[in-house]
Amino acid sequence: MQDRSNKLMKRMLVRYELYLMLLLPLVWFIIFQYVPMYGVQIAFREFMPNLGFLGSPWVGFEHFERFFSSYYFERLLWNTLSISLFQTLVAFPIPIFLALLIHEIQNKRMRKLLQNVTYMPHFISIVVIVGMLNLFLSSETGFVNHVLSAVGIEPIAFMERADWFKTVLISSGVWQNMGWQSIIYIAALSGLDPQLYEAAKIDGASRWQRVMHVSVPGILPTIIILLILDIGHFMNVGFEKILLMQNELNMEASDVISTFIYRNGILKGDFSYSASIGLFNALINFILLIVINAYARRKTETSLW
Amino acid sequence: MKFERRTKIKDDQWFDIIVYAIATVILIMILYPLLFVVSASFSDPSKVIGGEMWLLPKGFTLDAYKEVFETKEVWTGYKNTIIYTVLGTLINITLTTLAAYPLSRKDLPGRSIFMFIIAFTMFFSGGLIPTYLLVQSLGMVDTIWSMMIPTAIATYNLIVMRTYFQTSIPWELQEAALMDGSSNTRLLVSIILPLSKPIIAVMVLFYAVGHWNAYFNALIYLNSEHLYPLQIILRNILITNQNALMEGDAFGLGERLLLAESIKYSLIIVASIPVLLIYPFVQRHFIKGVMIGSLKG
Repeated sequence: MQDRSNKLMKRMLVRYELYLMLLLPLVWFIIFQYVPMYGVQIAFREFMPNLGFLGSPWVGFEHFERFFSSYYFERLLWNTLSISLFQTLVAFPIPIFLALLIHEIQNKRMRKLLQNVTYMPHFISIVVIVGMLNLFLSSETGFVNHVLSAVGIEPIAFMERADWFKTVLISSGVWQNMGWQSIIYIAALSGLDPQLYEAAKIDGASRWQRVMHVSVPGILPTIIILLILDIGHFMNVGFEKILLMQNELNMEASDVISTFIYRNGILKGDFSYSASIGLFNALINFILLIVINAYARRKTETSLW
Repeated sequence: MKFERRTKIKDDQWFDIIVYAIATVILIMILYPLLFVVSASFSDPSKVIGGEMWLLPKGFTLDAYKEVFETKEVWTGYKNTIIYTVLGTLINITLTTLAAYPLSRKDLPGRSIFMFIIAFTMFFSGGLIPTYLLVQSLGMVDTIWSMMIPTAIATYNLIVMRTYFQTSIPWELQEAALMDGSSNTRLLVSIILPLSKPIIAVMVLFYAVGHWNAYFNALIYLNSEHLYPLQIILRNILITNQNALMEGDAFGLGERLLLAESIKYSLIIVASIPVLLIYPFVQRHFIKGVMIGSLKG
């Protein structure tokens, strides 16, 4: 026993430089990741700036109760969940579809062109994306409404209407990210054994059947991993973009938990209350991740850990 | 038998036609809005607003660009964004490499504990408010450090880099260098880093684009206008419509309103041009980064 721990000490000492390298990053992780995690206890306190994180008095679950009985609670939860669900149902499968499509294009130049063009919008900032939405969808001056009025449809104020909010949010997200998100699937597809396709061809499978019975099963593990990761961030709903698209008129559909935290915490300074909402949000995410991962491991033998 | 084969070929041809048709539709859907912005930025604003311009510039003019270049905030924003991007990326790369390399070493005692500490933050975090209070108590609010230090390491990038070190640099090579008496620091500096140019390029790009496009931290941490990055200026003009142009009296009000609309298009171009210009040259690296990330570490 003594001998073994001596050996371990020696192995560590020989590599002391590696620990020195790790020191600075580790300090960063502790300060900027773990201190806030520790600081989340202000959710159970009444934070007062002069008393600090640890000096403020305990109030137990008061802030949580206030949130759960808040007039906004149902609206926030519904908007957060429905945007996420909408995103998972629509925005998640489209990159998979795009990757399968790109994989089926025989002409190399066309394939490259489609890839390069669809990756491009990923690099445009969301401020610019939302700015473009404002310009294009404006009810008086936007080109979308010019087209609509040309075919005899009344102009629609897309950006100011709650019933259009989620559609605009998610479809512009698909426009921006479908190419980028397809890369991983394209990589997985190009890693599949060509013999599988040959064998299917000999068995008389059509192109469509080869896609459905070779390609799709081939990338299923990748799909599952990404779905788990996606669900692990289920409650985060692309908050920075929502905040930019939000205005008084579409609030009914655009107010989500994260924007509520921003408004109450950063703008109004109600720190403890909004920290408790943040904790609630993070916990749901974490539980969802664990549940979906366990489920995936049992059902498909593919999981994160 | 013969008949069957012929229908099969026909099926495949149909399949091709559908594939190419969908691909074309996607191409147009992605390119049209981008082209529209470019054309609109060079067009007479009244033609854009009136819906007369739909593909190529109508009533070619550079007025909007002149106006953008004469707006002081845009220059300040540009300057600040460049500072945050360059300095921030430097910090990112240094810290990420310092963490990724030791963690790639299978012979490092305690590696899995460190890995757990780091990976855990991908799935759980203290959240916006505690982080904000921390940055505030560190005295970083309204300083340039708030733009770089709280985002000094992206855990995902760290793991991508570690995976690269593990899979692309032969362990035998490192072992041989150590046997020859090289220190671990020298191993990193003179063997690992020269062999890691591709991954460093990927990291520089990921982080730099992130800095260039970031707005939220600036929104919450900065109050002084002279520190605002470009994206905040963009947000003010494009989204919340606080436009310096609306003041002053060089033109009539109607013309000002028109110009204020068209300056939005040229502003988008001016702000996105650095990223879009380097894009064709570097997109291969980006893709490589995503692919490395998709390997299970």
